[in-house]
Amino acid sequence: MISHSAHISNLESEATYVIREAAAQFANPVLLFSGGKDSLVMLHIACKAFWPAKLPFILLHIDTGHNFPETLEFRDKMVKKTGARLMVVYVQDTINSGRAKEETGYNVSRNAIQQITLLDTIEKFSIDAALAGSRRDEEKINAKERFFSIRDKSGHWDPQNQRAEFWNIFNGKKNQGEHFRVFPLSNWTEMDVWQYILRENIELPSLYFSHDRDCFIRDGVIFAWSDFIKLKAGEHVQTLHVRFRTIGDITCSGATLSTAKNVVEIIKELQTTHDTERGHRSDDKRTDTTAEDRKKDGYF
Amino acid sequence: MVNNMTDDYQNKETLHVVVVGNVDDGKSTLLGRLLFDSRSIFEDQLQALCQVSEKRGENNVNLALLSDALRAEQDQGITIEVAHHFFSTPQRKFVFIDTPGHIQHTRNMITGASTANLVVMLIDARKGIAEQTRRHTIIASLLGIKHMMVVVNKMDLVDYREDIFELIKANLGNFSSRLDFLTIDYIPVCALHGDNIVNISLKMPWYKGNTLLNQLENFSFNTITEITGGRFPVQYVVGLNSNDFQDYQAYAGRVAGGEFKTGSKVIVLPSKTSTYIKSINQGQNSLEIAFPPMSVTMQLTDEIDIRRGDLIVSGNDLPEISREFDAMICWCSTAKLIPGNHYLLMQVAREVRCSIKSISYKIDINSGNKINGVEEAGLNDIVRVSIKTLHNICFDKYSTNHVTGSLILVDETSNETLGAGMII
Repeated sequence: MISHSAHISNLESEATYVIREAAAQFANPVLLFSGGKDSLVMLHIACKAFWPAKLPFILLHIDTGHNFPETLEFRDKMVKKTGARLMVVYVQDTINSGRAKEETGYNVSRNAIQQITLLDTIEKFSIDAALAGSRRDEEKINAKERFFSIRDKSGHWDPQNQRAEFWNIFNGKKNQGEHFRVFPLSNWTEMDVWQYILRENIELPSLYFSHDRDCFIRDGVIFAWSDFIKLKAGEHVQTLHVRFRTIGDITCSGATLSTAKNVVEIIKELQTTHDTERGHRSDDKRTDTTAEDRKKDGYF
Repeated sequence: MVNNMTDDYQNKETLHVVVVGNVDDGKSTLLGRLLFDSRSIFEDQLQALCQVSEKRGENNVNLALLSDALRAEQDQGITIEVAHHFFSTPQRKFVFIDTPGHIQHTRNMITGASTANLVVMLIDARKGIAEQTRRHTIIASLLGIKHMMVVVNKMDLVDYREDIFELIKANLGNFSSRLDFLTIDYIPVCALHGDNIVNISLKMPWYKGNTLLNQLENFSFNTITEITGGRFPVQYVVGLNSNDFQDYQAYAGRVAGGEFKTGSKVIVLPSKTSTYIKSINQGQNSLEIAFPPMSVTMQLTDEIDIRRGDLIVSGNDLPEISREFDAMICWCSTAKLIPGNHYLLMQVAREVRCSIKSISYKIDINSGNKINGVEEAGLNDIVRVSIKTLHNICFDKYSTNHVTGSLILVDETSNETLGAGMII
């Protein structure tokens, strides 16, 4: 009896289908790649989808400059291992050119302004589709996304007027200057991603596993101490045993206290956890609709 | 131990549930309640929900806001865009697809329903069956959804009266008797207070059935919507010439019916060339057999000119190959559908220009009857049309294959998706 319900295999097949559809329908797609677990899963599936040929698109990393050094090291290692081509563009260049202004104050984050760098890059290189590892379960606004999501000439998303998406027939037709965001992992949950990482034995940056780190606590969230941080009065650096559930910009990715040293232990931990992985992203918490506003403006 | 948990996790089947019904019948509240009572809301989500509810001056936590995340939705108190919620119980994994009830957003309802196994139809007990109830029921049936759970909501506002529930049940049962549902269940609930959602209600002792969650967990369903022989729409051609892979050529796609076995005979359409499968792969792993919904690559024994949009088939029942066929169309544009109009027709992996030859009838939403002699279709109309394509296409009837039997019509200037079509 053939099992038609192998959950993770079905999700992999769906993501493969979406990635191939993007490669077939667009002239100049890119895969947004940060070195985080979701983009590593995307890279893994994409490599399988086109094996033994090389990826028919490049990887694009929007570098905020506020990185965990481990992530960059790991990113370069994976690029070398897979033979993919990587383009890195820097938020710092956008700031230097005057196109974006750095935030000031204590909770400085470059998370919001990286969309300017992204949109500039899309325009400069005539990129017509950006594949990203966003999932519908990540943030309530992501729950509203299509697989193929059109962006207007200014790069904006109009969530109230999205193109219909019937069955899995994706309409990637667009006019000059418009582009698409493509989300192959739309239907995956955080648990699915970890189960897939376990099944496929996907290598991850060490940040995802429990380690000792210099941290400080702000508004109840544990952050990594780095040169980019200005401590407030009363805040102090302490060594904690932590891991990261998401690894974006170092200034806004919160850590969790954890003893999980490997993927199996992380899966166990997730089964009893009571908050979402985004619960530790301070930039999402600024207002209830922060994520919506950023996405409308062209964020990932 | 973890390996067991992992196996369980991977083999638990996922039920895709689309939640439909008229505007304000309580779909988003129902979903919020289901997630809340089954303890599937995370602490940080609940905290955010409490804060927003309080800021909006509401006395209780507004569970609908969990799904209605767009600012415009929260301001208007309605759902505009489809939202997907993932949750699992020890029995089963679910994807809940919350859809808008407003007629203006019907295309979003179709978007959500087109990939669902089951429809949960909400009805306001005070109002009974509305036009949108009928429209959504007809659309769900046309889309081939075989199972419906009718949830009669706001029972608290009709004093939990059994006769009101029974009347709605009789009316909808009568209306849907000539549609193609295999099962229809009816459950009286109050989503706001949680009656019969996850916990059994003490206020309706006359109801002897399951709670909604219980029913969803125990309901047996069949996810196979492709009953034709082997169908493999070619999505992408993987080509390579290297030392290790000389003149390598493989066809990538997602199996859309039947099965494909290494070594077995296949026919490539539309050229009708026969050949054999040399290998089937998922990445480096070679497979003996592929079946829906697997994404694979296939190498064939003969060198044939195959490109995106071609269809590789196996088995004895070939699809139809024709330039003319009929389809039911759910029209989703304010621009009229008029015979003589040209559109771009998209199937999975295939696109071709087409024109509308004629409209044979329109479905009257209120009665379900056919209206003959219509000359055009407008927004939200459901019509049967004859289509003529510029080139041959390969297709099956939608009732036998949802992948090769479905199509969309696209405006050649605006690029908008105007309609969803099911070939009959």
